[in-house]
Amino acid sequence: MKFRTFAAFVAPSIVMMLIFIAFPLVTVFLNSFRITQPVVEQVEVETCTAGFLEQTCTTEIKTQPVLDAAGNQVTTTEWVGWLSYERVLGLAAMGEALAEGAWAGILNIDFWKALRFTLTFTLITLPLVIGLGLAIAIAVNNAARSLKGPVIFVSLLPFIITPVIGALSIRWLFYGDGIVTALLEQWLATDISVAANGWAIEILMMFYRVWHVAPFAFVIFYAGLQTVNQDTLESAIIDGANRWERLKYVIVPHLMPLIIFVALIHLMDAYRAFEEVVGFSSQAYRITLQWLTYDLLTPDDAGNRAISRASASAMLTMVGIVILLIPLLRRTWRDHHGKS
Amino acid sequence: MSTPRAMRMPLGLRLASSGFLAFWLLLAAFPILWIAVMSFKSPVDAFSANPWEVITGPQTRADGAGLSLLDIGLGAVMLWLSARIAMRSLPRIVAQLTPPGLLVVGWLVGAVLFAVGFLVAFFGLLPLVVAPLEAVTGPLGRPVLGLTTEHYVAVWVDNAFYRNFINSMIVTAGVVTISLTVGTLAGYALARSGSALAFWILIIALVFRALPHSVLVAGYLPVFINSAQILEPILGENAPTLYGQPLAVIAVLVSINQPFTIWMLRSFFQNIPAELDEAARVDGCTHFQAFRWIIMPVMWPGVITTGLFSFLLAYNDFLVTSLLLDAQNQTMVPAIAGYFNRETTTTDQVEAVAAAVSITAPLFLLVMIFQRQIVSGLTAGAVKG
Repeated sequence: MKFRTFAAFVAPSIVMMLIFIAFPLVTVFLNSFRITQPVVEQVEVETCTAGFLEQTCTTEIKTQPVLDAAGNQVTTTEWVGWLSYERVLGLAAMGEALAEGAWAGILNIDFWKALRFTLTFTLITLPLVIGLGLAIAIAVNNAARSLKGPVIFVSLLPFIITPVIGALSIRWLFYGDGIVTALLEQWLATDISVAANGWAIEILMMFYRVWHVAPFAFVIFYAGLQTVNQDTLESAIIDGANRWERLKYVIVPHLMPLIIFVALIHLMDAYRAFEEVVGFSSQAYRITLQWLTYDLLTPDDAGNRAISRASASAMLTMVGIVILLIPLLRRTWRDHHGKS
Repeated sequence: MSTPRAMRMPLGLRLASSGFLAFWLLLAAFPILWIAVMSFKSPVDAFSANPWEVITGPQTRADGAGLSLLDIGLGAVMLWLSARIAMRSLPRIVAQLTPPGLLVVGWLVGAVLFAVGFLVAFFGLLPLVVAPLEAVTGPLGRPVLGLTTEHYVAVWVDNAFYRNFINSMIVTAGVVTISLTVGTLAGYALARSGSALAFWILIIALVFRALPHSVLVAGYLPVFINSAQILEPILGENAPTLYGQPLAVIAVLVSINQPFTIWMLRSFFQNIPAELDEAARVDGCTHFQAFRWIIMPVMWPGVITTGLFSFLLAYNDFLVTSLLLDAQNQTMVPAIAGYFNRETTTTDQVEAVAAAVSITAPLFLLVMIFQRQIVSGLTAGAVKG
């Protein structure tokens, strides 16, 4: 294919990615170093109310935004260097906590709280997703052929459902006097309040994630199981390998590339976890890195969006993604050079 | 094909395996089924601590909304009949009545007509028939199962959820069409070109695929909100404010989805032998003609699969739509957040449940119809590469 034809074919896609992915990355990078805010001025206002004999007057200094001729707010943009990063990282509060030797205090700062949760969340769900996915794939592979269609249908439901809705459907089983909580209370004869307990919410969020992603792992592993070499399996049996050994030495090595693939996709997606926080309304207890950026971007009570701090937190989130991506990129690079 | 004897499993293991599978199926389906059950009950029943009361709904029945055995029987017959029509007769009628090139349109019209007909028959005609029958059948006509559709009526009619539904449809339809048009062109070129440039484009797309969406939205927001001022020098007075525009959100979602789309379509294009377009080229086609008339007709399975995943991305999105659309253009998924955030009474909560079930129902149908394509799409990327 000539370069010109190639260019004509890919141009629309490339242009869209440049405008809506590459360009925003540049603006986010720039915005993280500057702050745009309305110009405010302080005015002395004297307010008088009618009183007996003489008026009661009070003077106070009010801060109000400066308006231009058209009635719009005047804004200024300043380059502030690393200020937004310092605020997001909470360096000042961190310094205090360290000086006092109160290590746990660091986890009260939003960013570190989010990082702690996102990392635990990602690393704990990873083995569970792979284990459950593999177990379902093997169980389905053993099941009768006529059952496979319906079983795959039901298994796909948690994966296909809107993430926020999926999280909500589990939340309604547990929050308040949800039936599962009620059953647990009856069984353990104690009072359980899931919605007010950070750890309980954390476990529920992980449970939701495993429930949501395991079908994906299952479908991939199931496809891989169809291509296991039957001859190798038979030779393993002749050599006296039992079921467990066959699984360990024949099937799992065969699935290894797929396991790595699922693991990498899961790492990327779990690191971007966001819908869990919305679905479980866990912002008071547990937040994720992506939710932190989202929260900074939503207007606060005064209607202002903290664009600069959001950009800084977005850039910090990206650092993590880049670290996660390096092994994947190295592998693709090796494959490409191996082939050509 | 019979399994060799040595591979057969002992009974205990087989039982354990089926037991585990049954457990997983219960785990997978239960939360979804349960919210579907809850959405039809009055608040007292829906949030009852006793599961049996949630299912039978005594309070809902006491309020006068209940089904008798007769209702259930007739309803089941009717459901079975309509499922039969949908599976057997509908494809035949659609195939007969539509001209060859317009099969997709024919199916859309057919599906909409079927849905309307079903709703009219089920909720309009059936009650009219059942009411007099119930009066004469005695015990069979007494309500046994509490069931009410009032929350759906409240959500869809009183709270105008249909507006969010229309917005969702606009956004998803736009995203699917544009991302497939742009994506097939790029995917085809990337599959056929072995140049270093194509490789680098794919690598960069892979990096873009991993970016958290909030990072990108942080880049759009200030630009979109001030777009009227920014674009004024170019477009003059009519410069639009992009914030809150469904079109802008469509463009954003298409772009976010583009890396994934071109990777997936590329892997489908690679399965089509290059000899096919070479033959067309020998016969005098240009590259574009070969693409349009030779390759696309055999690419439909891949296009449908990729389209499904674009649909899911656009339909399920919360983050981008909730930040970039204003309240009046809001799609369904962010709109539901409004329900459970303001949940003050239990009625509000059940309405939130009903809204959630409404959002899930189309997805349920989608998996039913396109199960095979979804599975093939999931494995396309993984097994080969």
